[in-house]
Amino acid sequence: MHPDELNALQAVSADDPEAIAACEAGEHTVLGRRNRRYEGHAKSTGLELYTDDLALPGMLHGKILRSPHPHARIIAIDTSAAEAIAGVRAVLTGADMPTPYGIIPWTRDEHALALDRVRHVGDAVAAVAAVDEETANRALDAIHVEYEVLPAILEPREALESSAVQIHEPTKEGRNGNVTKHVLLEFGPVDEAMDEAEVVVEGEYYFHGTTHAPIEPHCAIARSDANGILTVWSSTQVPHYLQREIARVLELDVARIRVVQPAVGGAFGGKSEPFDLEFCVALLALRTGRPVKILYTREELFYSHRGRHPIDMWYRVGTSRDGEIRAVDARSLLDGGAYASFGLVTTYYSGQLLTAPYRIGSYRFESTRVYTNKPACGPKRGHGSVQPRFAFEISLDKVAERIGIDPIELRRRNFMGTGKTVNEFTVKSNGFLQCLDAVEQASEWKKKFGKMPYGKGVGVAGSCYISGTNYPIYPNQMPQAAAQVQIERSGRVTVFHGASEIGQGSDSTMAAIAAEELGVPLGYVRVVSADTDLVPVDLGAYSSRETLMVGNATRMACETLGATVRAAVAAEWGIAPDAVRLAGGWALEAGGATSTGRRMPVAEAFQLAETANGTLGAVGHYDTPKDVHGEYRGGTIGSSPAYSFTAHVAEVEVDPDTGVVDVKTIWAAHDCGKALNPMLVEGQIEGSAYMGFGEALMERQLVKRGDPEGGLHDAPSLLDYRIPTSVDCPEFVALIVESNDPEGPYGAKEAGEGPLHPSLPAIANAIHDAVGIRMDRLPFTPDRVWKALQESRTTV
Amino acid sequence: MKRIATLKVNGELHEVAVPVHFTLLETLRYGLGLTGSKQGCDKGDCGACTVLLDGDAVLSCILPVWEAEQRDVWTVEGLAGADGLHPLQEAFDVTGAAQCGFCTPGMLASAVDLLSRNDDPTREEVAEALSGNLCRCTGYTKIFEAVELAAATIRTERRSDASR
Repeated sequence: MHPDELNALQAVSADDPEAIAACEAGEHTVLGRRNRRYEGHAKSTGLELYTDDLALPGMLHGKILRSPHPHARIIAIDTSAAEAIAGVRAVLTGADMPTPYGIIPWTRDEHALALDRVRHVGDAVAAVAAVDEETANRALDAIHVEYEVLPAILEPREALESSAVQIHEPTKEGRNGNVTKHVLLEFGPVDEAMDEAEVVVEGEYYFHGTTHAPIEPHCAIARSDANGILTVWSSTQVPHYLQREIARVLELDVARIRVVQPAVGGAFGGKSEPFDLEFCVALLALRTGRPVKILYTREELFYSHRGRHPIDMWYRVGTSRDGEIRAVDARSLLDGGAYASFGLVTTYYSGQLLTAPYRIGSYRFESTRVYTNKPACGPKRGHGSVQPRFAFEISLDKVAERIGIDPIELRRRNFMGTGKTVNEFTVKSNGFLQCLDAVEQASEWKKKFGKMPYGKGVGVAGSCYISGTNYPIYPNQMPQAAAQVQIERSGRVTVFHGASEIGQGSDSTMAAIAAEELGVPLGYVRVVSADTDLVPVDLGAYSSRETLMVGNATRMACETLGATVRAAVAAEWGIAPDAVRLAGGWALEAGGATSTGRRMPVAEAFQLAETANGTLGAVGHYDTPKDVHGEYRGGTIGSSPAYSFTAHVAEVEVDPDTGVVDVKTIWAAHDCGKALNPMLVEGQIEGSAYMGFGEALMERQLVKRGDPEGGLHDAPSLLDYRIPTSVDCPEFVALIVESNDPEGPYGAKEAGEGPLHPSLPAIANAIHDAVGIRMDRLPFTPDRVWKALQESRTTV
Repeated sequence: MKRIATLKVNGELHEVAVPVHFTLLETLRYGLGLTGSKQGCDKGDCGACTVLLDGDAVLSCILPVWEAEQRDVWTVEGLAGADGLHPLQEAFDVTGAAQCGFCTPGMLASAVDLLSRNDDPTREEVAEALSGNLCRCTGYTKIFEAVELAAATIRTERRSDASR
């Protein structure tokens, strides 16, 4: 190498002595540090591009006409007046896309545009593309739809009982078409164990329904090019599933569809399935020959929804006199809204994900999901398990009260450790006890619980969540996640991976893994992600799967390349490959006392490897374990490579005169396995605790009842649907616990969803400690708290 | 119908033809290609569109563009100077205050407004200043830390400038 070139490489390499020292000590050099985000500067300078920031030459504006009725038959649609407007380029109705779709292959019950029936206010009926937004809006006004209004079902119990009104056709004769899924599973002799239980606590609980409310509205753009390639840019968190569903509905070759996910401005599960706008832009682009964009209004987000299901829950928990959980019996009625969405999974999750971190002697749950004529519910952060966790953790608090022991101690006594859960999932790491210790200590629990003056209190709750699912949404034996890594003679590394960066930091995580394994400074890693033409398949950002699955895939590819590079350096130096380390921009000779301390810039090492092997690239993938679930129907659902654990303590002040609950602090300790970047993990813990706090006190996805407004959203704006502002929030204290899971990359598990769960029951339990009332129904708005206080006074 | 709007944005003068009903946000995003300012609700509820108008944080999605003529508009694109990033931009990056980043441009505008009036704000004052900017990712914790870190940087810079 020319000396000048070598000097330049060394100048680059010399910038990270800390990494080299860590490497010498056998520690991680990049992982575990508070590294800045990969795209951090793009975000703080406003240069990051989200879907609506893209504009293509000749782009048309699309708009969707939506149903004003919660339930109606479409008798006729006349689009002729709209088509006659100057500047209108295409009008679509349901007949243009008759193939049904749905994220779960067994429950495809939606159409891009309604075929003959609308099932909730806001259901899509027609779509237009026009030269500008004004013209598109005028075209919507000119479409005439003749409806026959049908009776609407807005209450889940009515859906269960009603045979006259069927929101969907029954899948089998004699069945109620309003029931989307029914699950009954029993593990162990529940009835006997309950009979023998010395303490039995029974209660009814209600989760009210909430929505994701990402700050970025859904947006999609499509373009069809001369080669017949259809490209769809979308604010999705599941590019791969979107690609497949567009191909199915539009009857196109999936290989000719490219889905690109630009930066996403928040998702939280609300962008994890295909939406009407994506199909509409695709077909409008094909029909017009021009790019088409549709951007949801904020109102459209509230009607598209897919948020957390309202659930009526009944729980009976039986324990020994020492508080050991002998039996849990649960019944849940899920209000699914108009479509199935992920509902099949939600119905299972409402029972399956409750079985850790506690040892449960026997367990039965029966969950029923019904259709109603409301915006469809789906997966929201902590999918299906936030609601039952609320009911169960309050139940445990009641048990502790009955027995007269500290609720943290009750939870410790029931700690399951590792091994099999009652429903046969395998837990390989479990840091829940450390989580309890951390929140107990940080909150000064022992000085506070039961000891604060009337109106002030603390409450505790725990939880468990999955790090991905062992089985994909559509059955196949291929890897769930993959990455391709290329190294280049300049010292640059590029990671091509399929994970969807939605703000959680998956691009940063993959960059850090590559830098760790290949010894380059972070600034030398480029990331290309979530573009179905450029990266190998990943299933998307849902079920908290990216760090574990795509992380393992990225690590695998990088390890292959690292071995190649080390071998080339070892050959050059005449030493064993094991004695070569890659860290901080250098290839280094390791070996303690016998080391001669040789080193070379990592770019030079890459060049040696390229000289010896040719162009350097490697792929990696991740296969989930398939042997860690029970052999019963539904036993695979909830089966995960690894489980995360969380404990929260919430401290509240309750004003007995007004019912206002002021949450002062939430201490949240989360077992994430291994914090690959503590700053990102804290961000996930804080954001999760925040979201749970909002659901507990402020938020409610409420649909109006009765004529004439029945079926309308109560508050489809960010002013009236109240998400917490900076002045509403308590202090969030994030505490990281590391249990090093054997399945996770470097021990890592999820952090993005688990830490939400305990917020709600911890606050409920704190309210009880403060003023002695049980808030078994959400949300804890002042009127409800005040009423509960009045009732508690009259019953005393 | 379109009219020509004459705007001074980030120190540069622009003439742009826009429909008469356009807001400042629509003009910035769709007229001038300054897409840093975001539209989250289009009705003044979320704060993602916040920009500086004569130094004050305003909601550009409910401001008719004509109201911004003859005035000084600053957006996130103009925040970095010739000598690098604004201390707030650096602080947001160091603390991890941007997750999805969609609220960040508006947050930065409100924070610049605050720090121009008060370079040593309390946590309560920071929270109050940002209360019109919704963030759905962070719980605001790291945003507060970022603003406080930037304030400290600005105070240090001022002290060293003064001692020169």
